[in-house]
Amino acid sequence: MTLVLESIGLVVDEEIVIDDVSLTLDKGTMNILLGPTLSGKTTLMRLMAGLDRPTSGRLISNGVDVTGLAVQRRSVAMVYQQFVNYPSLSVYENIASPLRVARVARSEIETRVKEAARLLRLETLLDRLPGQLSGGQQQRTAIARALVKRAELVLLDEPLANLDYKLREELREELPRIFAQTGAVLVYATTEPTEALLLGGSTITLHEGRVTQIGPTALVYRQPENIEAARVFSDPPLNVLAIEKHGARITVEDGRQFPAPGALSNLADGAYRLGFRADAVTLGDTPSAGLSFPGQVAVTEISGSESFVHVNVGLGVWVCLVVGVHEWRLGADAEVRVDPDRIFVFDAAGKRAAGQSIAKTA
Amino acid sequence: MTEKPINNRAWLFTLPVLAFVLFSSIIPMMTVVNYSVQDTMGANHFFWNGAGWFRDLLNPSTEIGARFNDALFRTLAFSLTALLVEVPLGIAMALCIPRKGWVVGVSLVVMALPMLIPWNVVGTIWQIFTRADIGLFGAALTGLGINYNVTQNAVSAWITIVIIDVWHWTPLVILLSYAGLRAIPDAFYQAARIDGASRWAVFLNIELPKLQKVLVIAVLLRFMQTFMIYTEPVVVTGGGPGSATTFLSIDLVKIALGQVDLGNAAAMSLVYYLITLTVCWIFYTIMAQIERRRDA
Amino acid sequence: MARIKLDGIAHAYLSHPRSDEDYALKPLHHVWEQGMAYALLGPSGCGKTTLLNIISGLVTPSEGRLFFDETDVTHLPTEQRNIAQVFQFPVIYDTMTVAQNLAFPLKNRKLPKPIIARRVAEIAAMLDLTRDLNRRARGLTADAKQKISLGRGLVRADVSAVLFDEPLTVIDPALKWELRSKLKAVHRALDLLMIYVTHDQIEALTFADKVVVMNEGRAVQIGTPEDLFERPEHTFVGYFIGSPGMNLMSAKVSGSRALVDGSELQLGSAYPSLATGGRVQVGVRPDYTSLTAGAGLPVQVRRIADLGRKRLAYVTLGSHQIVATVPPDMASVADQANVTFDPAHTHVYVDDIRVAGVAA
Repeated sequence: MTLVLESIGLVVDEEIVIDDVSLTLDKGTMNILLGPTLSGKTTLMRLMAGLDRPTSGRLISNGVDVTGLAVQRRSVAMVYQQFVNYPSLSVYENIASPLRVARVARSEIETRVKEAARLLRLETLLDRLPGQLSGGQQQRTAIARALVKRAELVLLDEPLANLDYKLREELREELPRIFAQTGAVLVYATTEPTEALLLGGSTITLHEGRVTQIGPTALVYRQPENIEAARVFSDPPLNVLAIEKHGARITVEDGRQFPAPGALSNLADGAYRLGFRADAVTLGDTPSAGLSFPGQVAVTEISGSESFVHVNVGLGVWVCLVVGVHEWRLGADAEVRVDPDRIFVFDAAGKRAAGQSIAKTA
Repeated sequence: MTEKPINNRAWLFTLPVLAFVLFSSIIPMMTVVNYSVQDTMGANHFFWNGAGWFRDLLNPSTEIGARFNDALFRTLAFSLTALLVEVPLGIAMALCIPRKGWVVGVSLVVMALPMLIPWNVVGTIWQIFTRADIGLFGAALTGLGINYNVTQNAVSAWITIVIIDVWHWTPLVILLSYAGLRAIPDAFYQAARIDGASRWAVFLNIELPKLQKVLVIAVLLRFMQTFMIYTEPVVVTGGGPGSATTFLSIDLVKIALGQVDLGNAAAMSLVYYLITLTVCWIFYTIMAQIERRRDA
Repeated sequence: MARIKLDGIAHAYLSHPRSDEDYALKPLHHVWEQGMAYALLGPSGCGKTTLLNIISGLVTPSEGRLFFDETDVTHLPTEQRNIAQVFQFPVIYDTMTVAQNLAFPLKNRKLPKPIIARRVAEIAAMLDLTRDLNRRARGLTADAKQKISLGRGLVRADVSAVLFDEPLTVIDPALKWELRSKLKAVHRALDLLMIYVTHDQIEALTFADKVVVMNEGRAVQIGTPEDLFERPEHTFVGYFIGSPGMNLMSAKVSGSRALVDGSELQLGSAYPSLATGGRVQVGVRPDYTSLTAGAGLPVQVRRIADLGRKRLAYVTLGSHQIVATVPPDMASVADQANVTFDPAHTHVYVDDIRVAGVAA
């Protein structure tokens, strides 16, 4: 099915919760809603499901206007962050519940439940109660219940957030594969950019109830259209530098001047913000030509094969990704060099000015 | 923030209920309203009185007014006393019940037993219990030399009614408070231990604030019931001695059925009803305020 | 200031444990050095929270003794242990302002008002809470509330250790970074012993000087983040640390070469005498497994994941599904490709334990 949202808006208590969202979700696609908490992801999903009614706009499913249609009449399945299972029913009964409500034949129920249990590796646990299962198993039961419904729209609201890191990795890989066979439209809400990147598909970034960008995930990552989309898709956080452009030079807040990077060459003079991710900088001992900022090391965080060094350059504390394990001493002097080919230029309103995109990785 | 999709046909389902409520409540109430503006002794003889009864009722210098005033005052005093005893006692007892184990189930059931007894039976039990000759309570107190006589001593009668109500209904406060307390996550108690807080500080800073909503419900329910109290005083003291325990509801019945002064009684019951409604509304507003402050 | 010593600490929730399985925490000997930051890392149910609660006093261990410096505190109640604990969700006193929250532990110890005021101001400054001091704690965001929880622990000058029980669970990812750096800065400034429980390896590795990896009640390996990454002593550590975890392939090892499903790879050291009969595996991290345009072991490429700053290839080598890094200059990847393993970072495991080799 194709789901189209036309200028959907939701106003609650005179507060605009969802602001003019228009989306087209195609059959068999993975669509990721990426945004911080309270940005409207859950609300938007509830509107898509029909649990809430939008105050403006229309919802069109397969060409039919379903805006007022009750959720029970729609082909929707939802998986929540808190593992929601019927506590007094066995795993088998839990998974079978939507089929029993739909009055599916008993033999059919058995086939479909066993199939879902197999896909989610629950075959040995069918007789247990949810209370006897681990977190990961409970969530898999909830997912199996959503799967068995063969719904055309499957909504997953941060389903892996309450799980162990490793469990999350495993399920994250399995989920798209499992649902791909059903041909449903998948909508997956998350706050973590890495999760979005691993899932692929297309990403819809949200900020305070508005859609800031839609597109294939890797594209949104590499070419954010505005500063909010860039921010939400950066982990570690985006480093931002406010500048003023005058001709071929730029001035930063403390008065220093630098030659304007190529990305700015076609733009008018004025105030801009440069955004660059942690991997767009290198850390050195000595100043260099170009965008080079001296500072002191505030904190070093070592993670596996990478180090994140937080450097206070006076204009802010920037996070720099350094490959390999390096212990930069607290307070040591460091020179942050920004790669001019990997900066995003945002105008005063936050929109990305025409210019560079990150063509390649690392 | 949840809004269910609107389907107007659902209203048809409420028709039978509306009809029933109409016949059992609204139409009889309209009769009362009708009576309250008439002077009547029943038998379909009506003499228009307009707002006469209301004016008299609310004027303490008239006979009816004075009587109403006294009864109202007595009822409010009773409600307040009962609340002041029941709520702290209920919370204190709820704090004594452990968080888990078999003791919990047993204590809750045993404590809930008084609530299950029909109200006039409660009255009868205590009537016998408080008799100086055959009642355990009465005999014990008289034996200790205390001048205790429910039917003749106003103070004894009052205290007895309060004790009956406390015995009968504190379990409700206990149950509500216990439920509220169980909802507090363990981590708060652990953090308080680490912070070195005394038991009293834990109560004041963690338990009481988290019990706010539950307490408003408990106080509301208890106030409503004590304000309307009828059966127990009637059975135990008959409203006496004199009019010491004649609460509003008892007075109302006396006027309506005893004196068959239906107009007066109808007006009184309407005023009674409006007072109850006002208090309800006040509590509702308080609760809404608490909720809004919480979410702020 | 204290160093904490665990002397044979073990815990079983049943009163008469019969076998190993009944123990939530198997006997553990360890010394936590003063001033260091430790992380207890492991999946749910591995015993890390039990261990934390034993240290804080909320649980009394069924076996073993606990020492703070030289004092046996095994049966000492929590309030007398001078530790501070930060929980998974923010625990604050709703009715009080931020300043009152911070002052609470000191008020309970009946310290004079000027001292309380000074300490509160110091800690508030350290945690960036100064401008919120007079606001009701109830109305603040989750990360501010966690800072208040932390502040309440730090405000006592005699606190000997700060324990964290998955404190960043309810915090937004963007703010997690800020809070983590704040925790590290506080650690540096106050030189306190800090023990941090988590199941998130990024949190553990970025926060701690040393990480205790736990699984099923046992401490599997204790080491610096670098140790755990470069030299996992147990296959579990290889799997748990690193995202994705280490590639493990069953192999036949002879000398300095290993045979994996018919393909041969070069090892960094020689393994002259491996105990026979054990299960031999070769482990290499995806960071050291690379797709190559040149010679290497043939693999089938199942899928490429684009992570922005790097690309991962999910491939099949013989009967093994492993993960490799795609070199940045490789523009497109075909279905069939070759991988190379960095010999210096290839480890050999027999029955899940790492075997050290000799120079080849």
